[in-house]
Amino acid sequence: MKSIKDIRADFPILESKVYNKPLVYFDNGATTQKPKVVIDAVNEVFTSFNSNIHRGVHALSDKASEEYEKAREKVRSFINAGKREEIIFTSGTTASINSIAFSFGERYIGKDDEVILSRLEHHANIVPWQMMCDRKGAKLKIIPINDSGEIMFDEYLKLLSPRTRIIAVTQVSNALGVKVPVNKMIDVAHKNGIPVLVDGAQGIQHDVVDVQGMDCDFYAFSGHKIYGPTGIGILYGKEKWLDELPPYQGGGDMVANVTFEKTTFNTLPFKFEAGTMNFAGAIGLGIALDYVESLGREEIDEYEKDILVYATNILSDIKGVKIYGTACEKIPIISFLLNGIHQYDTGMVLDKLGIAVRTGTHCAQPVMDRFGIEGTVRASMCFYNTKEEIDILGKGIEQVIKMFS
Amino acid sequence: MTVNETQEKIAEEFSEFDDWMDKYNLLIDMGKDLPAVDPKYKTKDFLIEGCQSKVWLHPELNNGIITFSADSDALITRGIVALLIRILSGRTPDEIISSELWFIDRIGLRQNLSPTRSNGLLSMIRQMKLYAMAFKATSDKTSSPTGKR
Repeated sequence: MKSIKDIRADFPILESKVYNKPLVYFDNGATTQKPKVVIDAVNEVFTSFNSNIHRGVHALSDKASEEYEKAREKVRSFINAGKREEIIFTSGTTASINSIAFSFGERYIGKDDEVILSRLEHHANIVPWQMMCDRKGAKLKIIPINDSGEIMFDEYLKLLSPRTRIIAVTQVSNALGVKVPVNKMIDVAHKNGIPVLVDGAQGIQHDVVDVQGMDCDFYAFSGHKIYGPTGIGILYGKEKWLDELPPYQGGGDMVANVTFEKTTFNTLPFKFEAGTMNFAGAIGLGIALDYVESLGREEIDEYEKDILVYATNILSDIKGVKIYGTACEKIPIISFLLNGIHQYDTGMVLDKLGIAVRTGTHCAQPVMDRFGIEGTVRASMCFYNTKEEIDILGKGIEQVIKMFS
Repeated sequence: MTVNETQEKIAEEFSEFDDWMDKYNLLIDMGKDLPAVDPKYKTKDFLIEGCQSKVWLHPELNNGIITFSADSDALITRGIVALLIRILSGRTPDEIISSELWFIDRIGLRQNLSPTRSNGLLSMIRQMKLYAMAFKATSDKTSSPTGKR
């Protein structure tokens, strides 16, 4: 892998100062920073070939459409999907999950049917299913987690029933950083004929994701969490499902023929891409994926494991730090509380030291309830973070403890 | 002291400090000195929910004067709560309704009162004014919103 110094130089924002202190950005779980190549790519769209895709007869539209479709191919290859038709551009993970919860629910879910989720889910993988279940008279079944933040596999097995229609589970807990054994879960689900949606919002940027290897039926992720622009995301779905499902939204480009009597839909992937898509975002995402590939995903994984261990050691050594999510299999996220100190107080002081963390429930209230807490401080790291930055966090935490004791 | 004089005084106290940590230390101390809210008022009825921190606010009207007591689960928030109490408690409904809280800007805490912070403070100010309006509208000079004295 490139040296950490060179990598950091690719991200202009990392040179910023906040309150006159060098920025230590540990909020990558919320959104990642963008390398210059991505910023330039989006800029290039608007300065050189901005034009609506799939519509024009002119050169600019051809160029924009071509670049957009190239980005689709990059996504396909990045997650190792079988076909480009299986890659749908959306506005983000939330939109991807909502569209499946709606379409799948409309087509396959009825009264007293069941949907299995885990206790680790982000609200974006709870609420859309809950809304659908309310409409259909179906029920949610929740896989519990243990004290380390791992899902309880035996309990999962017990929840599977002849009424289970779909399982929607996160690849990695956004609040705790704990990985979920999705491959094993999918195996069992498929043996019972149940499809699985994987929420990859926190998984895509820290793992080598192979949707065919994983054999998930649906996979959702956001561009902005993998160094790409905001407002662009991906829904992967196996072709057999996407062919069967009704579209989520109607509009331009997703249709083949429209009369007031009847509309026929366009072929995949366009059937699920109604209206003008965020083509600039899609193109930027393609470049972000190129960038990640250029660093090497295995190399990234290696480095991130190293900084996770380092950070865990530094924080564990400080008296009064309690880490939530102590499983072995984790991405570089440390969720913690300082003895008797409110997470908001901790976050406020760290902020003034130039350290960006997230505090609160992390849109995963059921996880906080499980541990009987109202929130945590979350330091979420990635490949451009350094051990020196972790040391700064360690010192910052010591200062917080001193201030509030 | 009027509302503005109290704000002036607070701004002066904070002007001694340039460093954020000193400002926070002062807020923490002020939070610690804030008189406790009667536990019977630390209920859902008096809770102002924010997703970052919570604030409890209880008003009482006696002889045309509103006395607020308040608390927060986060200490820095509690410090700002203490400042708001110092400025707006013990005043008439009219004084509270017409008050403009500019001290927040002066001491550099504006970001703590942004709607996106969701720490309960912005709602607390709104709630203090709403209580003042409600008291003004009722003719009963010794009631509190729960009817208790």
